[in-house]
Amino acid sequence: MNIYPANSQAKIVAILTVILLVITVLSFSIGRYSIPVNSLLRFLVTGAYIDENLPVIALQIRLPRILIAILTGGALSVAGATYQGLFRNPVVSPDILGVSAGAGFGAAIAILLSAGLAMIQISAFATGIGAVVLSMFICRAMVANHDRLLLLVLAGMIVSSMFGALISLTKYVADSESRLPEITFWLMGSLARVTMQEVWFVLPVVLVSLIPLLLNSWKINILAFGEEDAKTLGLNTARLRITLICCASLLTASVVSVTGIIGWIGLIIPHFMRFIVGPDHRRLLPASFLAGASFLLLVDDFARSVSMLEIPIGIITAIIGAPILFIVLKISPSNHHKM
Amino acid sequence: MEIQFKHATLGYGEKIVLKDVNLTLSTGKTTCVIGKNGAGKTTLFKSLLGLIPVLSGEILFDGKNVSQWSRRKFARMVSYVSQSRITAFPYSALDVVLFGRLAHLPSFASPRKKDVEIAEECLELLNISHLRDRVFTRLSGGEQQMVIIARALAQQPAFLVMDEPTANLDFSNQAKIICQVNALKNTSLGVLMATHTPSQAEMCHADVIVIHNGTVWKQGNYDEIITERLLQEIYDVEVEICPACKQLKIKNKSLILHSK
Repeated sequence: MNIYPANSQAKIVAILTVILLVITVLSFSIGRYSIPVNSLLRFLVTGAYIDENLPVIALQIRLPRILIAILTGGALSVAGATYQGLFRNPVVSPDILGVSAGAGFGAAIAILLSAGLAMIQISAFATGIGAVVLSMFICRAMVANHDRLLLLVLAGMIVSSMFGALISLTKYVADSESRLPEITFWLMGSLARVTMQEVWFVLPVVLVSLIPLLLNSWKINILAFGEEDAKTLGLNTARLRITLICCASLLTASVVSVTGIIGWIGLIIPHFMRFIVGPDHRRLLPASFLAGASFLLLVDDFARSVSMLEIPIGIITAIIGAPILFIVLKISPSNHHKM
Repeated sequence: MEIQFKHATLGYGEKIVLKDVNLTLSTGKTTCVIGKNGAGKTTLFKSLLGLIPVLSGEILFDGKNVSQWSRRKFARMVSYVSQSRITAFPYSALDVVLFGRLAHLPSFASPRKKDVEIAEECLELLNISHLRDRVFTRLSGGEQQMVIIARALAQQPAFLVMDEPTANLDFSNQAKIICQVNALKNTSLGVLMATHTPSQAEMCHADVIVIHNGTVWKQGNYDEIITERLLQEIYDVEVEICPACKQLKIKNKSLILHSK
């Protein structure tokens, strides 16, 4: 029997949507100042409230943060799923072409120059995209008759380590009283400072990048057979590769520039979803978005409510992510190819 | 349909593999390509499929030059069963065959009911309908090869190009593939197949193309082309062809290369 029948896959996507909605509502009520779910729901539906702090906390503090968590978790997971499909490798992460290291450097240099928050974000976004462009340029400059994908991975490593070193250099020369902690904190990732302004920047980029990915999702499947087979099946592999890299990089750079570096999500969520909904990217991309959004929302709820001092979210995703990956890898060989 | 190579030089960039290639292929015929390892069989195929550009000369499909064709146009004309079996993710056999429908679908569409029907017909044609919902990566080498051939047929091409379809297969699976190649023979499909077993050409009642010394050396009917002298020359071993049963034997050794 087919292990991934189409109707049960659709059901899983529906279930994931419901889970995300439930977690979203809960996220409004969870926090240092907790709001009872029933008064929250009454406020969301009718606009009536008794506690006068409720509108401020729900709409001005928690809403942007929840939206950014959804967009970030979803975008990183979809970018991860896309890169994993493109590189035919289930353990690839969204920063394989250097986007995170590039964005980190852009942010660090802007912080060093005492730039404002908006400037830091723009700088991070621009250098993140610049790092990917540089990777592709290096790949193109290398010998032609070679495996393009392998060269791309190598180019990504070169660019990542170069920007990694530049980040260290920036930290080294930064003022250790004020600038250095800020750079370090940014690199750890946090949703603490987001406002609706960031949402209005990230949301359109994410939506615009998701459309081509969803339109091409069936074609990503065909890449699994390798470049040559895909070409003889009629696929313009060069064009698809560029499309996927552009969209996945835009997704990653846009969210990373606002939240800082949040690792692991883009690696684990798609890998995990692949053996829940199967390898078909038509299901895998939406499922990854929903699961990634739910996961990051939960992690962020944890980050902002567990202690007085907020824990940087990048630390929590890594602490949770590493053991999850271990568990997933441990159970996947028996499950992955089950008939 | 007819494919013509006219004074074509084939190779990779500066590395010329085959020179002055002249040959004609037509639908309704099975043609086997024989030649040593590294003689240039795969290069010939890749050029025909437009995977590598022709260095000089031209390839014509029904008189039309194909050098500017899109991948999509190629895929509707020629399909390919390559030697590589890369598969990263566990797709079902039906999913794999459906990939063959890509060239017939509009830009952003995914397969529809009609495509599923065509894919199922292709599985049926090769007698592997029972593999439909099995995971491709878990199939045996022979079963995988059959699914890939079904995928190539789902492209509904004029020509089916197979690069050593029996390589790495056991004796019975080799026979099955050859039987299927024979069964596919009809007026609208041309089959081009590389093989290391010359007698497979005889089993397929195929024409033979011999690639030797950097060019297409001979083309023609099996009985005319395959002689003891020719095999000796290209493979550097003394071969004896049994006149009655057409078995090939390597002289001074009792080894039978292939029996019918």
